[in-house]
Amino acid sequence: MSETENLTNESIADAVHAWLDANWNADLSLREWREILVDGGWATPHWPQAFFGRDFNQEQSAVVSKIFNQRGIVPVAQTGPRRLAAETILAMGNDDQKRRYLRPILTGEHSWCQLFSEPGSGSDLAGLSTKAEMIDGQWIVNGQKVWNTSAHHADFGVLVARTDFDLPKHQGISYFLIDMRQPGVEVRQLKQMNGHASFNEVFLTDAVVAANNLVGGEGNGWAVAKTTLSYERRMGGVTRSFGGLRGKRQGRVYDEYAQEVRIANEPYTWYPQRQGRVDLVLPRAQQTGAIQDPAVRQEMAKLICMSKGAMLASEAAEAKRKSGSNELVPAGSIGKLAASVIARQAAHVHTMISGADAMRSGPESAEEGMVAEVLVSVPAISIAGGTDEIQRNIIAERVLGMPTETRADTGPFRDIKRND
Amino acid sequence: MQTEFSEDQEQFRTMVSRFLQEKSQPTAVRQCMESDAGYDASVWQQLCSEVGLAGTHIPEAYGGFGFGPVELGIAAEEMGRYLYCGPFFSSAVMAAYALLHNADEAAKDALLPGIAAGTTLATLVLDSLDAPAKIGSGLAVAEGRLSGTAPLVVDAHIATQLLVIANHGAGLGLYSLPGDSSGVSVETVPALDPTRKLAKVEFAQAAVEQIGEVSADSLNTTWDFVCVALAHEMIGGARHLLDSTIEYTKMRYQFGRPIGSFQGLKHRCADLLMEVEMATAAVHHAARCLDAGEGEPYVASMVKAMASDTYMKAAKEAIQMRGGIGFTWEEDTHLWYKRAKSSEVFMGTPNLHRERMMGVIEAQGSL
Repeated sequence: MSETENLTNESIADAVHAWLDANWNADLSLREWREILVDGGWATPHWPQAFFGRDFNQEQSAVVSKIFNQRGIVPVAQTGPRRLAAETILAMGNDDQKRRYLRPILTGEHSWCQLFSEPGSGSDLAGLSTKAEMIDGQWIVNGQKVWNTSAHHADFGVLVARTDFDLPKHQGISYFLIDMRQPGVEVRQLKQMNGHASFNEVFLTDAVVAANNLVGGEGNGWAVAKTTLSYERRMGGVTRSFGGLRGKRQGRVYDEYAQEVRIANEPYTWYPQRQGRVDLVLPRAQQTGAIQDPAVRQEMAKLICMSKGAMLASEAAEAKRKSGSNELVPAGSIGKLAASVIARQAAHVHTMISGADAMRSGPESAEEGMVAEVLVSVPAISIAGGTDEIQRNIIAERVLGMPTETRADTGPFRDIKRND
Repeated sequence: MQTEFSEDQEQFRTMVSRFLQEKSQPTAVRQCMESDAGYDASVWQQLCSEVGLAGTHIPEAYGGFGFGPVELGIAAEEMGRYLYCGPFFSSAVMAAYALLHNADEAAKDALLPGIAAGTTLATLVLDSLDAPAKIGSGLAVAEGRLSGTAPLVVDAHIATQLLVIANHGAGLGLYSLPGDSSGVSVETVPALDPTRKLAKVEFAQAAVEQIGEVSADSLNTTWDFVCVALAHEMIGGARHLLDSTIEYTKMRYQFGRPIGSFQGLKHRCADLLMEVEMATAAVHHAARCLDAGEGEPYVASMVKAMASDTYMKAAKEAIQMRGGIGFTWEEDTHLWYKRAKSSEVFMGTPNLHRERMMGVIEAQGSL
């Protein structure tokens, strides 16, 4: 039994307050403050003592984060995919990798991106064909990645690439940490149908990865990638946005933190619109008088039923989970599927309410352009983070226990039909 | 407000479910639906005396168990799942709620204990099963005499006590009379869903006793409580259809593989599960709202609409995924399909309920 298990919540709270009283200073630069915070062991108290943590359990960590929230303390960097990289390195990396990469992630010195999806492997991530070969003691990588949030300003990336084309597809994959600042890495922003550019394409041409930047051993990349993906699911996606701290806070560290959050959130300003902006439906219907139209009322009511139903189903699943029920609670995939249905219905209702006005776009159009942005952003909701079709497969197979599809992608990867 | 069932409530569900699993298998359902009475009197007697279900939500002062809409909902949900045939919905739900929300004390004292015990088979006679706003044009009382026609009354053919909402010229009143009173004629109406018997009831100067005034508010409240119980019955039925259909797709082989391995079916099953989960959560929420007297004021209509659409979707998919066998009399799916169809339009169509909820939302200006 480690000694941290004997700590009471009260003694933890006392220690946090005492440490903050001695160290917290809002006039520090963001970097300076975070270096003190990380080295003090209070940034990630659930991490091991050997790596910036205190081996705290969930409850003990919650005591710490509650005090941080109450006192308005600026936390370590957590925007973008950097925390996925950090948690993966912590779980699967070697000590050398942990020593080199974890601290600059937490302090915000290094920004990271995720190099997983490819033009030829979207839903079928394990079908990736970016190639990594060991040549003269280092890995040489060739291929193309896509949907890489933050890649245009990332210092490093977590990368999955194929190191053996003769093994079945899940077995020939390896997981790397790649330096993005090198000639073999070209990043291009990818403009979406709604005009925003939240993602990138990354072209890897004889890009170099040092031999000791392989994570989890050659051929074990799929297991490591699943670790990253499970953190992604738990955190609600790479692309979650981050709120500022409550209340008015003054000082250099707050200004720099606000700037960081603003940059990190920039790619996601359209995310509420892709969910359909259900909140705008009633006010819009009232303003325009469309609420008098019986056909609109029917569709609005359907939308409200879906929206409330999804919220209640998610609450019920959460309650069941908390009560420790063994019953399979299909909350994640069902919630995602429901979000798609709701967004599409919301776009439909917005269209009915606007009528010909829905032909307009831009800041002069309805709700300062938000309605128009809904109409051209909603198609993303049923694709990003796993298409609706994949969610339905997951629900059918894992929740309902329906039999799996006959597979056409067994045997050596080399022999599997694919697009490239 | 609670967000999950207590241990006691879960035990109650298990008890009801076990009873119905034994007493309401499809063979028993078919016997009931083919009989004139439409139910098995000995099973009803056990359901009321041994399990005590008819008094679930009736206050102890009137001989019931004093539970609320949540427990009643549990019972109704299990009955929907097993397609229980009997006067539970007509007597314990419709008539009891009409009394609880509209009758004077004396009438409650006189009638509710018999309903709770299952010895009185009461039913609520309405001249419209379409909408609360449509009630009152077909049945009229003058000088203590009731005349007019109620074209569709659930279980009137076996009812020992009729509770009637009728127009007395200055509004609506709740009236009571024994089922075998003179001036009352009851004629069975062939029902699309033979597991819920219907009759036409005609009154010709029948002597009635007024036992309460029915205001627009109390009528709407009665309608809401009945709809939430009905919605429970519907999600129970929808869940049965989902479960049985999934099982079927796992055991039915075509083209050398179980049909459940085809995405064409899988994806529809996943969509159906999502709808059933959402409707179920909403219906359970509605019962808790009624119990606590809080929550969305339109919640009853919301969940009646959701449960109706979900049950019908489940019924259509259950038949479609079975293919030809699903369209046969011998296979049991059509029993639930017919209950789904009749429940969809019973106490207001989904469109009516969506319009009813929008009326509330528009008036309050928020969701």
